[in-house]
Amino acid sequence: MQDRRFGFATRAIHAGTPPDPVTGSRVMPLYQTAAYVFGSTEQAAELFQLRSYGHIYSRISNPTVAAFEERMASLEGGLGAVAFSSGLAAQLGVVLALAQNGDHLVCSQNIYGGTVTQFTVLLKRLGIETTFVPADDHAAIAAAIKPQTKLLFAETIGNPGGTVADLDALSAIAHTAGIPLVVDNTFASPYLCRPMEHGADIVTHSATKFISGHGTVIGGVAIESGTFPWEGGRFPLLSQPSPGYHDKVFTETFGEYAFLMRLRAEVLRDVGAQMSPMDAWLLLLGLETLPIRMDGHVRNARAVAEFLAKRPEVEWVSYPGFASHPQHELAQKYLPRGAGSIFTFGIRGGREAGRAFIDALELWSHLANVGDMKSLVIHPASTTHSQLGDDEMRKAGVAPESIRLSVGLEDVEDLTWDLDNALKAAVPAPEKAPA
Amino acid sequence: MILRTPSERNALLERSKTVAMVGASANPLRPSYTVFSYLRTQGRFEVTPVNPTIASIDGVRAYPSLGAYAAERGAPDIVDVFRRPSEVVELTREAIAAGAKAIWFQYGVINQEATELADKAGLDVVVDRCIKVESARFNGGLATNGLNSGLISSRRRT
Repeated sequence: MQDRRFGFATRAIHAGTPPDPVTGSRVMPLYQTAAYVFGSTEQAAELFQLRSYGHIYSRISNPTVAAFEERMASLEGGLGAVAFSSGLAAQLGVVLALAQNGDHLVCSQNIYGGTVTQFTVLLKRLGIETTFVPADDHAAIAAAIKPQTKLLFAETIGNPGGTVADLDALSAIAHTAGIPLVVDNTFASPYLCRPMEHGADIVTHSATKFISGHGTVIGGVAIESGTFPWEGGRFPLLSQPSPGYHDKVFTETFGEYAFLMRLRAEVLRDVGAQMSPMDAWLLLLGLETLPIRMDGHVRNARAVAEFLAKRPEVEWVSYPGFASHPQHELAQKYLPRGAGSIFTFGIRGGREAGRAFIDALELWSHLANVGDMKSLVIHPASTTHSQLGDDEMRKAGVAPESIRLSVGLEDVEDLTWDLDNALKAAVPAPEKAPA
Repeated sequence: MILRTPSERNALLERSKTVAMVGASANPLRPSYTVFSYLRTQGRFEVTPVNPTIASIDGVRAYPSLGAYAAERGAPDIVDVFRRPSEVVELTREAIAAGAKAIWFQYGVINQEATELADKAGLDVVVDRCIKVESARFNGGLATNGLNSGLISSRRRT
């Protein structure tokens, strides 16, 4: 055994998947099973008491899913991970591991509309209130944190507005107030940014996006650093005897593993939003190519953004890789390899021109997803953000004329050929000014 | 020698058979009980409680001191320590006197004097680590829970 610290690409291919000790299979086997035979009644009891490691039932853990979890933990630089059936389930799991009726969250307002709805409607019904604050208004964030606040939530790159979070500043604010910083890193992937290197305590992903890379799977994952001090009274769900688990005190029994163990042994067990083994198997395959895919995504995104910026049919391009973007400096700091491949632009002619543009595209797929090898396009105002009113939508960084692109890995000349045709079809050429 | 790397800790666990667990509790809610129970049921180690306040744990007889343990069972390969950091210097002297080959200080049991004492006496020393977690890191247990073992290898484990 060697003590080498292996590089990112090596870990993307190997972490969590040593050869199968039973068969020698080099690929992680797909353990498509609901349950696992106990060796003895004593071993069964030890497993149920969380005193030994092993699988009981695939709602709680599964070998193929665990391999995916370990690989994600390795890539994000975390202590461990828990996979969920979707990104929304993963972040709900994180909230339920820390907060209960009467508690409070502080959340960046520059985030995915589905998260806004989950927090403002579902969590509110459960008695957990959320205060939304602009990600760049640090004074307002600090002021919004109350004694009953359990976490600060932000996205590395906001969906769809492209707001880049100042992670060092946000983690300092959270830690000063005694709460963890939870960062959704879906749009960056751990290849472009590792929020834990900037003080984040918990990272969530919709694994559906770049982690999969192929648009085959709905999945999510939460990774924890193991460095946040959960003792001290602010997080009784972790530091007080748990009636859901034989009055175990998770911080005492599991030390640095307290959060991850509660997230799995209670939250995942009770909510039942586990990842399927087949999905984990596909995600492991996807992760092997994450570094080379992300390099290609970033390269194509810049080329497409530069193409659009020169077009008379385009009013604006909001791409964090451009010097004109409000968070360009933050993008250079936190995303030195590139600002991802998802960004928005505004088409001249507003909502109607946007619709005509999308309907004229041949190669770009019109659908509600991002982070696929295939180039994707959507009109947020009529789809992902349609639950929000105009004011809420603008607060989340979405204009009615804005079109969101997720730039894939096709030949960039084919992508710009298609955009060129659709722009011409959607926006009538301006009349020549009289001589 | 103070063992600081995963491979050094793995080698220690590989070459050890007997573990004297100082401060092991019979209360199932205590972390030391969890670690005791794990090591015992794994079957890899012969684990024995050293605690003057209890007679036995799960049928395994407890010894009141390391001296009493050594007198009957010989020198332990590892003395695993669940005690307050302020109480471990004297305990380290007892471990040295008992002929222990290694002393393992559990999470939070950090005492510079005791560490140096054991190191100078020629014992292998592990500080601020859990013997259960490290065993599970190398035997695949951590990985079953999606925890980051930090291990990368294309060799087939036998």
